[in-house]
Amino acid sequence: MNQEASASPIGSRPNESDSKIISIKSMHKWFGDFHVLKDIHLEVAKSEKIVICGPSGSGKSTLIRCINRLEEHQQGSIIVDGTELTQDLKNIEIIRSEVGMVFQQFNLFPHLSVLDNVTLAPIWVRKLPRAEAEEQAMQYLERVKIPEQASKYPGQLSGGQQQRVAIARSLCMNPRIMLFDEPTSALDPEMIKEVLDVMTELADSGMTMLVVTHEMGFATAVADRVIFMDEGEIIEEKPPKEFFESPEHDRTKLFLSQILHH
Amino acid sequence: MSETSTTPRYAPGTHPDLPPPRRTTGALGWVRMNLLSSPLNVALTLLSIWLLWTILPPSIHWLFTGAIWTAVDRKECWALMDTPRDGACWAFIRGSFELFVYGWYPEPERWRVNLTFILFVAAIVGALRENIPGKKYWLIFAAAYPFIAAWLLLGGFGLEPVGTNKLGGILLTLVVAVTGISFSLPLGIALALGRRSNLPALRAVCVIFIEFIRGVPLITLLFVASTMLTYFLPPGSTFDLLMRVLIMVTLFASAYIAEVVRGGLQGLSSGQYEAADALGLSYWKAHRLVILPQALKISIPGIVNTFIGSYKDSTLVLIIGMMDILGLGRARLNDPDWLGLAPELYIFIALFFFISCFAMSRYSLNLEKKLQTDYKS
Repeated sequence: MNQEASASPIGSRPNESDSKIISIKSMHKWFGDFHVLKDIHLEVAKSEKIVICGPSGSGKSTLIRCINRLEEHQQGSIIVDGTELTQDLKNIEIIRSEVGMVFQQFNLFPHLSVLDNVTLAPIWVRKLPRAEAEEQAMQYLERVKIPEQASKYPGQLSGGQQQRVAIARSLCMNPRIMLFDEPTSALDPEMIKEVLDVMTELADSGMTMLVVTHEMGFATAVADRVIFMDEGEIIEEKPPKEFFESPEHDRTKLFLSQILHH
Repeated sequence: MSETSTTPRYAPGTHPDLPPPRRTTGALGWVRMNLLSSPLNVALTLLSIWLLWTILPPSIHWLFTGAIWTAVDRKECWALMDTPRDGACWAFIRGSFELFVYGWYPEPERWRVNLTFILFVAAIVGALRENIPGKKYWLIFAAAYPFIAAWLLLGGFGLEPVGTNKLGGILLTLVVAVTGISFSLPLGIALALGRRSNLPALRAVCVIFIEFIRGVPLITLLFVASTMLTYFLPPGSTFDLLMRVLIMVTLFASAYIAEVVRGGLQGLSSGQYEAADALGLSYWKAHRLVILPQALKISIPGIVNTFIGSYKDSTLVLIIGMMDILGLGRARLNDPDWLGLAPELYIFIALFFFISCFAMSRYSLNLEKKLQTDYKS
């Protein structure tokens, strides 16, 4: 499905950018004086699944947060679905409505019921009539297997259920890309699987996904490419099998030995 | 140790829920726990009973059983008692009641005040009740109410004009307090958002405004309104004193509301902003739908605290010669017919303020409970 992605070594960029849904070139970002992202090149094809891993502080969350402009980059270019991210607020709102994001802490709106959480953006951003938005919301809640919780408030749900609602909330905007920022890191162990199952199902449906996670089982099963980041740089990117079996760089080997060692 | 042997044993997984020990529940349990839990508490309980025993009966006698409700002046009051001053002379309050309520509002036009008050209650109930039919129209009515009220009270457009100097007593107190409260909330929210804005100029204006207004006593602002403002206005222009006072009271309250709301905004996790942003909601939609509902809910105790404060601060207008309920009452004390009836007056005024403030406080508690959806234990 994405031969060029698995074949191309870092650095050489093919020019056919129309098949690319995300295209990041020479991108740099600083937090004050701190250089968080250094010369990032990343191209993502439609329907591609990418898992990003690396030690904490390596810039992996910042990278995906740049894609929907939760963080602003200072150099280089980011083009999402044909639109370049600039200061233009209208562009940013368009891109945000095309790109779904799921957070580590779920970030559901606690003052709204599950159904209202899920229908909020379709009604106010997409201008769907309420009835239609609710019908669509129930379909997505069924897809993440919690339609029966629709009238409850987020605080009444378990962490795993909340994260599934958060996924449904993003999906209701019919995004073309989904970003996952450590979606299972805040969950109790017995709830991780229910969230990963939903994500796997979503991947099978052909969604373009960028996932920051340390769930290496998920990476092996779902990812087309695994990207390893350290100190703001992309160190290595490979299909999962090669990534786990024959990592090239010492830093990757060290990282893998640390997270797989128990 | 001995108890464990008498407790029946259950197989794992079959232990039933047992009732708690009898001594810790019910009325008797409450008395034991709260009144008689230690020798010191027994002593304090006895002392309290003794204090109530000595204070309550004479108070009740002065306030109710020995009080005089109908008389033409204080001399008649004293004459009706076994010993003069042995009871309250409520006849004073009854005789002055119309004055206390309406001030000097012309008598044939007082129906307008009554109507204003009835509409006020309707607007409040309509705006605050959750399940009222036609909620949208009630909200529009509540938003239009200040203008309707101003028209009814001051006249014009077909109604006999009444000067603002005719307003006094409870009417004036309510006009000052309700205007200050209802306009300071939106202004305060705007200031709080401005203070957190990314635009440096807007932020600076809001910070300077808030810090300046909070740094100056309300009395000073009222003096500015009553005297200094005339120097800044073009000569010959008349800008009504009441209007100036209302503006100052509103600005003063809004600076406090702004800080309370800012506290609420800071209480939200950045994740809420990010989630709203990530869904593509614009700044205004994110604030209206996600941020402010939560921030205002957190701020309810502080907002109501500020409301109650500015409600009572409205009495400060007496310093610049406006006759609100307190000013008017104090002037009435100099009436030769009712000389020296300060206790009756102040009890009446205290009761008036207490009832309204207590109602606000209870409503806010009720609102907090109703909006409690985060299910934190």
